[in-house]
Amino acid sequence: MSLKIPQHDINLEPFMSRPPDFNRKSILMQTEQSFKSEIFNIIPLTAWEKLFDIRICDPYEREQFTFLPGQFVMLELPGCGEVPISISSSISNKEFIELCIRKVGKVTGMLHRLEPGAIVGIRGPFGTHFPMQKMVGCNILLIAGGLGIAPLRSTIYWANEHRSDYEDITILYGAKEPGQILFDYQFEEWHKIFDLKILTIVQNRGENWEGRVGLITDLFDEVPIDPDNTFAIVCGPPVMFKFVFAHLTNVGIPRQRMFLSLERRMHCGMGKCCRCNVGSTFTCLDGPVFDYWTVMNLKEAI
Amino acid sequence: MQDVVVSHSIVKKILDIFCFPTALQQRKINAMLFKTITKENFKKMVEGLMEENEVIGPKSRDRDKEGNKIYRFLKLNSFDELEMDYTRSYSSPKDYFLPFKEDLATYRLEDKGWDQKIHCTIHPRIIIGMRACDINALLKLDQVMLKSAYPNPYYFARRRNTLIIGLDHEPLEDCFCRSMNTDTASHGFDLFLTDIGDRYFAAINSDTAYIVLNRFNAREVTEEDQLRYKRVKKQVESKFKTQVDITILPELMDLEFESEVWKKWGDKCLSCGSCAMVCPTCYCYGVEEDIDLSFTQATKRRFLYSCNLIDFATVAGGYNFRPDAHIRLKYRYYHQFRGFEEAFNQSLCVGCNRCGKACPAGISPKAVIDDLIKTEKK
Repeated sequence: MSLKIPQHDINLEPFMSRPPDFNRKSILMQTEQSFKSEIFNIIPLTAWEKLFDIRICDPYEREQFTFLPGQFVMLELPGCGEVPISISSSISNKEFIELCIRKVGKVTGMLHRLEPGAIVGIRGPFGTHFPMQKMVGCNILLIAGGLGIAPLRSTIYWANEHRSDYEDITILYGAKEPGQILFDYQFEEWHKIFDLKILTIVQNRGENWEGRVGLITDLFDEVPIDPDNTFAIVCGPPVMFKFVFAHLTNVGIPRQRMFLSLERRMHCGMGKCCRCNVGSTFTCLDGPVFDYWTVMNLKEAI
Repeated sequence: MQDVVVSHSIVKKILDIFCFPTALQQRKINAMLFKTITKENFKKMVEGLMEENEVIGPKSRDRDKEGNKIYRFLKLNSFDELEMDYTRSYSSPKDYFLPFKEDLATYRLEDKGWDQKIHCTIHPRIIIGMRACDINALLKLDQVMLKSAYPNPYYFARRRNTLIIGLDHEPLEDCFCRSMNTDTASHGFDLFLTDIGDRYFAAINSDTAYIVLNRFNAREVTEEDQLRYKRVKKQVESKFKTQVDITILPELMDLEFESEVWKKWGDKCLSCGSCAMVCPTCYCYGVEEDIDLSFTQATKRRFLYSCNLIDFATVAGGYNFRPDAHIRLKYRYYHQFRGFEEAFNQSLCVGCNRCGKACPAGISPKAVIDDLIKTEKK
């Protein structure tokens, strides 16, 4: 009789022959398999940011890919690396996923050199989402700083598609310079068709800027806030959070009705690599969307 | 519907039904079957296993400056290389479950596009001589890698194809596994041996191990065997010297978040990451991709990382969320004793003190924790 220990060949397991469904977090799947996707269109937004229209090649995988506003994907350029990018498109856009990417590192730098037709990989969606259903019947205050508008764009589309569910929707958007304002070509559409109020402000006045100059908190004097009936969604650089939340708390919005999206380094998106750990919480699993009460109880969060 | 919050029990049930046939399910059952095997027969058994399988065991590789042997878990070529009386392996057998480097996928690059290939195939392997603390460390890793969101298929493959033969030992001076409640293992192994003189007392926890053992004349436990076993166990228990008080630790981590203790120890830290490399439970990692010189192949590789390394939390653009050594050191303790406790109701540390031994700056977990508790009492 042989003493050979029988092999358990993982390749024979059913999960190895079906595409992963990242919305079913508890099942065993090929977690590293990325959906082959084609870049269909690249829209330059500013000198540093581009909007990528991406389409998952396989029709079945495309059909299966569903997400909610605030979630992110891991975008992979084989041989180069993988980066977490929040989704900027509408959840009802079944064909294309839009990702707004700033040229900032090795992978994003390479992505910016791609041309339409290039094939990239996508894993996801990962993370928590903005609880839009909870906000039904209330005002929504969206506050974005710089690139922070990218995850909020998905929320704006949601709000438009369910416009009658919500009362007033206001967007406060701050950027460093007029040239760094993203999606300004859509502002008119959002204002006129989506019926949203948009206020912008820049830190440094450039040429041809007739709007306000200052910090994002300066815009608060233009917006009356009803603390009992308002949800706030904030997204921006860490330094912005402190001042914005200080004001919103002063106004009296309960901390559990303020949401933010955190940014951290990520290597897996699945709560394994620990790179995105904040205190004891994984940004990729329990975030990136948190309510402010939770964040206050996290060490080193903002 | 997506992103449904699934309750823990349902997750467990789904995992049980779909993901964990036999071997991993058996882990939950405590060993109930006991036999004894003579040392002579044990040698035959290991040699028999070695002929047809890869067998890993503690081997001495070098000597430290005091002349003590340095052990590592390595592939055995003969029974004589196996040192059953080893003290502590320098790095932990974690290497065989979360290897330092592991290819996650390879890509064939073409003119237009690429093809991804995923590697999960693992050949069966036997590890002999794992300590109770290392087995408990694996159970903790199971919690993260298999029993929480996104079970990891690579770890799953390795876990399913590894036969574990544990081995009891007398604690060393600095072992504090008893304080961490990891000094005994009741499951998580296939076979667990205790030296009772001329034979081993074996706790059996899997069918494979049962079959193998029986082929080498394992005999039923006699009354005398049992007495000797109990005597050995008692002796082991009496030898623990180092104690660490961890009962209030999770709360203390929050209360003493701004404590000077972190600065004191953190300023010594060289941010080298040795502690995480030798730790049996540290699982943080990084992913890198590279292209070979012919530009036709690319590899996605996972490599172990350490939260003490300077760029651990640096985001694109260069902002570092943990810029100082003491903040990173604090985070490491925070995750081990507070974060893991919050998620899985146990601390991540198993009390083997490998990190204390490996640290070139002489930072030991016992000293840090004692210091923390001292400031609290002041």
